Amino acid sequence: MNQNEKDYSAIDASCRVPLLPLLGGAALWLVVGLLLAIVASLNFHNPEMFANCPYLTYGRVQPAANDVILYGFAIPAALGVILWIFARLSETELALPIVPIAAANIWHLGVFIGLIGILVGDTTGFQWLEFPRPAAILIFVAFLLIAISAFATFGGRRERALQPAHWFLLAGLFWFPWIYSTANLFLIAWPVRGVAQAVVDWWYVNNLLFVWFGLVGLGVAFYLISKIAARPVQAVNYALFGFWTFILFAPWCGIPQGAPVPAWLPAASTVASVLVVIPLLALVKVFAQTVSGVNVQCKGGPYCYAKFGTVMFIVSTLMVISLGCPHFGRTAGETWYVPALQYLQIFGFLAIVVCGGIYELLSPIMGFELPFAKFVRFQHWFFMIGVAFLVVPLAIGGFEEGLKMKDPNVPFGDIRRATLPYLQVSTAGLLALLLGSLMLAANIFSMIIRWKLGLVKTVLTAVQAPLETQEVKS
Amino acid sequence: MKTGFSVFIAVFVAMAFSWSGFVLGPVRQLGTEGQTNILNSSDIYPNQRPGAATLGLQVYRSYGCAQCHTMQVGQEGVVCDVVLTAAGNKPAAVSNLIATLQLTGLTKEQADAVSGQITAAGGKTETHIVPTGADISRGWGMRHSVAEDFLWDNPVQLGSVRVGPDLSNVGMRYDVNWELMHLYSPVSEVKSSTMPPFHFLFIKERIDGTPSPEALPLQGDLAPPAGYEIVPTEDAKNLVAYLLSLRVNVPLYDAPFTTLAPATEKKK
Repeated sequence: MNQNEKDYSAIDASCRVPLLPLLGGAALWLVVGLLLAIVASLNFHNPEMFANCPYLTYGRVQPAANDVILYGFAIPAALGVILWIFARLSETELALPIVPIAAANIWHLGVFIGLIGILVGDTTGFQWLEFPRPAAILIFVAFLLIAISAFATFGGRRERALQPAHWFLLAGLFWFPWIYSTANLFLIAWPVRGVAQAVVDWWYVNNLLFVWFGLVGLGVAFYLISKIAARPVQAVNYALFGFWTFILFAPWCGIPQGAPVPAWLPAASTVASVLVVIPLLALVKVFAQTVSGVNVQCKGGPYCYAKFGTVMFIVSTLMVISLGCPHFGRTAGETWYVPALQYLQIFGFLAIVVCGGIYELLSPIMGFELPFAKFVRFQHWFFMIGVAFLVVPLAIGGFEEGLKMKDPNVPFGDIRRATLPYLQVSTAGLLALLLGSLMLAANIFSMIIRWKLGLVKTVLTAVQAPLETQEVKS
Repeated sequence: MKTGFSVFIAVFVAMAFSWSGFVLGPVRQLGTEGQTNILNSSDIYPNQRPGAATLGLQVYRSYGCAQCHTMQVGQEGVVCDVVLTAAGNKPAAVSNLIATLQLTGLTKEQADAVSGQITAAGGKTETHIVPTGADISRGWGMRHSVAEDFLWDNPVQLGSVRVGPDLSNVGMRYDVNWELMHLYSPVSEVKSSTMPPFHFLFIKERIDGTPSPEALPLQGDLAPPAGYEIVPTEDAKNLVAYLLSLRVNVPLYDAPFTTLAPATEKKK
């Protein structure tokens, strides 16, 4: 291991300047997004709180929180980790380092514009795609720039062989521009007619939260696990089979059962969600074989992050499959069960895997130890508790709500009253997640400050150095 | 897979497959859809919403109403009810026969058999198609929602979570005054409501001479100070116009039901 660390020091150092704006901004957006989510959830404690404030009404704050967490944190943080993994796997320094710096600034500007846009009412009205057009364009351009840097690094690789992590991450880099441009062109630039809009939006949401998250999260998790355990991903043939079947079947999930669309659409989703069992089994085998028999003392470190995240991917995929079943989907498909699934995909799976990646890369790329090393373990705990308190109550409450909805004798007011305690408990989950995200931000920002102070010090010593006397002498 | 290019090919194949299925397919099938006839009628459905309602749709979008409200009425199936329309010239025999028969909640075959028996006894019957399901029992619609209902809307906001009730048919349930009061203070109309009040959709005005006819009839704690009144803004009026235009009340070929009176869709 020590030898490895030495070999990679130049490669890690090449990632420092390009990744810091991307990851620092992402950590900040996670805090902002969770604060907004808490503001939104206060509505269930006291609906009258923001009666006079149009900017903080639930219908605006909730999508703002969702989008800031998704586009502000999850995607750019994942991209930052991907760049570092590509540099490491390619055994070459990050190519075009200036490009991700520019992209990070464009990206965060886009998220800022999008956030303001939603709060003043300029939302597009499409779920998980609420950012208005200028924000979407900036984010799209920034993604392409980062992808260019990643491909350039990949193209210049010294180690020619591809690893399973490569397939998943490369596929993720191809996937996002396709779905994001399709959704924005078909819904916002030239909106299609009628309910086809809803179909395109469902297709986009499933492709982002299930397929893209799956590709990127599993790619990062496989890389982290094999790096820390110091042995390659096992059962590679199963991984290849799982990869192929996952990208073939998973994009067909996500049309709600009972949606007012031609019946073949939800039926196709049902078939797909049954078929998704195949890649799920293959990937579970790869995961189990890779982690079994490995003696890693992770102590709440990145290895634990990757393992927990992968288990949550398995759970969330089972939830996706459950929603594809016609009867269950009609019962739970319009309840809090769906947000519970989406929160599990975001916080339980992608966010936690990506945070593991960030903690794995921070200290090598900065060249010094984490300032708050204990926070790594604490954050893992806070995230696990947060996910449990956020997802479990919403899933149970949602399912109960769905069962009662099926019974016309239960008045809707009673259903709403029975669901309320679950929503109130979920606020506690958001608070735990917020504490965890503050720890991530504390680590990243204190490192950035220390590094900048170091730069200033270097400049100062260079300026103050007694050069003149030497020059006079010679 | 040994090269980046082979990964690209894999992604391209998988993506093109799904893209043609769930983007191109629905866009070709639904995007070219036009108006249809209301069942057993020459009336066209759906009509463009009135101007204020079209503006109201944008207010609905802007405040994110679809975060809590769906517009998807579910339906479990249909049953047939047999209704006697004339007793004929042997009313006693028909009424005795009817007393022994089940007339509601039948399948098509059962309904045909029952109406055959009654016709044989000399009565005249009609068979009514009645959609069933919890949403329909709650009055959230007279049939399930279908693609035609959203033909003219942009953006289409079906919603995904029922934090509040389904709004597909809200225009049939309430009137303007109820809607405005409910927007200003939801709990004054529905006690258990968790909907946030939308005070910012109203303005407090000094009463200048005669009170405005649009002023809300607020009482108790909600009442404005003496000499003032609360009136709705344009946004509030448009939003309510949109809500009142939401009606799932006409039978269509793919969502049939029997209306008692001829379909009375307002034409504007």
